[in-house]
Amino acid sequence: MSMPITQCLIKLHEEHHDLEDYQGGVPRWCSGCGDNAILTAVQRLCRDENLAPERTVFVSGIGCSSRFPHYMKTYGFHGIHGRAFPIAEGVKMARPDLAVFVNTGDGDCCSIGAAHWIHAIRYNMNLTMILHDNHVYGLTKKQASPTSPIGFKSNTTPRGSMLNALNPLTVTLGVTNVSFVAQAVDWIPELLYDIIRAAYLHRGFSFLRIIQRCPEFLPKMFDPWLHDPGKTLLLSHPDGLTVSPELARTYRNQIEHDPSDIDRAREIASDEDPIPVGILYRNPDVPCYETLRGAGQLRTTDQIRSGLETELDKFTIWPEDDAGKRQAA
Amino acid sequence: MNTIAAVAGHNETLRTGAASAPRRLTTLPEHIVEVISDSGEGAQRCGQSLGAIAARTGNGIWTTEIIPAEIQPPARSVAGASGIRIRIGSNAVTNGGDETDLVVSFNEQVLLGRVRDRELKPGAQILLESMWRDHRDPKIVESFAQTVEMLKSAGYRVYEIPLERECKALIADPRKGKNMFVLGMLCSIYSFDAKLAHEQVARTFGKKDAKVVSVNQGLLEAGFKWAEANLDFKYAIPATRSTSPQIVVNGNTAIALGVLASGMDICAMYPITPATSASHYLSDVFEKVGGIVHQAEDEIAACAFAIGASYAGKCAVTITSGPGYSLKQEGIGLAVMAEIPLVVVNVQRGGPSTGQPTKVEQGDLLTAIYGSHGDAPKVVMAASDIEDCFYSMITARKIAETFNTVVVVLSDASLATAQQPFSRPEFDANWLAPPVDQTPVPAGAKPYDWDAVTGIARRFVPGQPNGMHTLTGLAHDRGSKVAYDPDTNEEGLRRRSLKIVALQKTLQPPAIHGDAEGDLLVIGWGSTKGVIEEAVDRLRAEGCRVSSLHLRFIQPMQPGIREILRRFARVIAIEGNWSDRLEDELVDEDNRRYSALAMMLRSRFLVDVDCWTQSRGQPIKPAEVVRVLRTKLEGEAS
Repeated sequence: MSMPITQCLIKLHEEHHDLEDYQGGVPRWCSGCGDNAILTAVQRLCRDENLAPERTVFVSGIGCSSRFPHYMKTYGFHGIHGRAFPIAEGVKMARPDLAVFVNTGDGDCCSIGAAHWIHAIRYNMNLTMILHDNHVYGLTKKQASPTSPIGFKSNTTPRGSMLNALNPLTVTLGVTNVSFVAQAVDWIPELLYDIIRAAYLHRGFSFLRIIQRCPEFLPKMFDPWLHDPGKTLLLSHPDGLTVSPELARTYRNQIEHDPSDIDRAREIASDEDPIPVGILYRNPDVPCYETLRGAGQLRTTDQIRSGLETELDKFTIWPEDDAGKRQAA
Repeated sequence: MNTIAAVAGHNETLRTGAASAPRRLTTLPEHIVEVISDSGEGAQRCGQSLGAIAARTGNGIWTTEIIPAEIQPPARSVAGASGIRIRIGSNAVTNGGDETDLVVSFNEQVLLGRVRDRELKPGAQILLESMWRDHRDPKIVESFAQTVEMLKSAGYRVYEIPLERECKALIADPRKGKNMFVLGMLCSIYSFDAKLAHEQVARTFGKKDAKVVSVNQGLLEAGFKWAEANLDFKYAIPATRSTSPQIVVNGNTAIALGVLASGMDICAMYPITPATSASHYLSDVFEKVGGIVHQAEDEIAACAFAIGASYAGKCAVTITSGPGYSLKQEGIGLAVMAEIPLVVVNVQRGGPSTGQPTKVEQGDLLTAIYGSHGDAPKVVMAASDIEDCFYSMITARKIAETFNTVVVVLSDASLATAQQPFSRPEFDANWLAPPVDQTPVPAGAKPYDWDAVTGIARRFVPGQPNGMHTLTGLAHDRGSKVAYDPDTNEEGLRRRSLKIVALQKTLQPPAIHGDAEGDLLVIGWGSTKGVIEEAVDRLRAEGCRVSSLHLRFIQPMQPGIREILRRFARVIAIEGNWSDRLEDELVDEDNRRYSALAMMLRSRFLVDVDCWTQSRGQPIKPAEVVRVLRTKLEGEAS
């Protein structure tokens, strides 16, 4: 394969990154925690997409999931409970040139941060959002979360939780300006990576829910799904996920789903068993808020000066002998 | 000055068309005029225009808006009074002054509210719309007649003016035009130049089509002529036009202009009275220079958005009022902990809780300094006049970025809507934030390499090679690594606190208004500056040895205050917030809750600082301060 010499020079000049370039602190998650699988997949994505570590920011809230940025070797912002979205939006508005990810959990996103979640969907900023959904509050030691199954016995629901679990997919698919919705499970690494990559490549707010095991507080919760591949529904489509033949042999429960079909996406999302895995919805035509707002403009001193002078002119009372000068100005 | 004496003896009801005696021209050093109406009748626009005409004439002015809480409060209701007060003086005016000398009222009910609030001078002139006397509803007729009788017997001089009838000759719906008729009347009363008035109307309605302008100019002229023909009094307040260009804006517009001038790029906000108009204006103009106003989903998000923007770029600003400020506390704590520059503007209103959204109070000082859990040291500044609103934003941005900290700028509902001319700012490129640093970070440098003396560390911004780290609200070491060990935790607390101390070393001592020593020192902060200084001037003119000090920085406090306090026999803080009164049976020296600044001063300087406060939702009046200070001075003498 031949390549023009200029291309070669460009290639030589480009920095290439290894996995280690993205590996920060040693994860302190419990062994067997699904977060480890997510971290590995995201680090692979960064390497494969050759994301410059200094131009990549992981923003998180509070909870097990939100320790994520500490384990990356990029810029990170471990924020406050529930507020990862508005922080990430501020980052993106100030710096649309940066790749911005949001890591959040079912408590962080669907409970304390629920208002921000809804509006983040509506703003549709170009952010990749990963909802680490383990159906339980882990860091505060086992309380029911909004996505905990009904009957779940926790420290705050000792006789079993009484409310039906909230379905983050149907909520997201119901919000105006939704542009990307996908679901993955931590125990199928191949699909996890493919879906994270699709989320990253989508231009707009990518909502990715990853169903994630918590070996500490819900150790047996997903056993039925792990033992029976038929309880996983793979969504494949030429415009969505393509399933490798090897994987297809194990996961035979598949349907073809066109990610542009929002009505069908809502139907699929409503059915939680089998767990749908794949890209439920994608609409690349929804405008991004930062684009609409003209974020990232270069501002010069002269621009600000003339803008300010124009405004001050509106409110100025000129001395009488200055009237001529005002006319000239 | 007693304006009542000047025009005494005119207590009769003025009937339209009645030929009047030649108008008596009285020259006054100042006058306070008020226009009040139901909401939506344009009293504020009328008053703002009058203020602008006066300012263009060269008079000193201070406007105070009277704003009901609702958009459409019931018509003809005591609580629904909407309007504006303009204090017009020969010289510079620094505050709203005492009670009103002359009021134009569109109905008798809104007027009653002002009378009950003791906002009118005894014997004030009342120009009252007369249409209610002949209203088809007998109840209204009765109420009107009764009120007029009551006002007259209380000594007010009532003039009934047929606003509706006169305006009907010119427009179909006089409700939409009376205000300009009244403006014409007032221009005649105060001897303002008719040409200036015409120009002001053109400016006020400039955005609308030429027909709207000419209709309103017609109303203005009609009001002017009517007053010339029917009123038997006329005033002149001599003016000297400034030799330098002056700006006339209210405090919120000044804040927005200050944001523009500071070079900040992003303002995140959520609608809240009385702060929102700053963001309204900013929304209109910011984009022209590449700035963005983001209306967030809530106050918490607005704060977090500003923090995110600051973190990744230049310092951002969030503008709010009390309830919103409470909601932002957690975010403010994060910015303090992670050392992200942030400017937070709190246009204070009455509290606690929803309190009095449209009314003034200085109740948020302590929450501004001590709010947020744990030790969260931040800078707290207070704007003291309209000009200060502008420059405070530039200073706040600079401090926030130099010290990587939160700077809270306190304004209030009084400054928010008050207009006062000030010298047109001359742009300085140094006001602007430098471009976002994207140079590589030197190898081995740490994101929290705190300076041992100042506590300041260089901030690493995303995009800077070698600077990658995860910023966190958890306790962290110099490398931004989560750290729970006692030494590291203490070091972080110490360095963050040192930054405030370091800032204090760069500040100038506050200027004393009056002599450097004396019997009584008055200390204030924020919007009471003009009021306190006027009261001090009045007493000094009588020979009292009283001076005042106004603090621009409350956290940290400017240097030199201790020495100043020492040179006065007594010290009193005057503030627009709550303090317990010693006349209440259970209140004593051991349980009395002092006002915010008094408490700060007492604890810092161990000086027995007394306090007098008022939190009635109205700006404090100079005459009240004079009374309080006089009592204090007499107490000392006895």
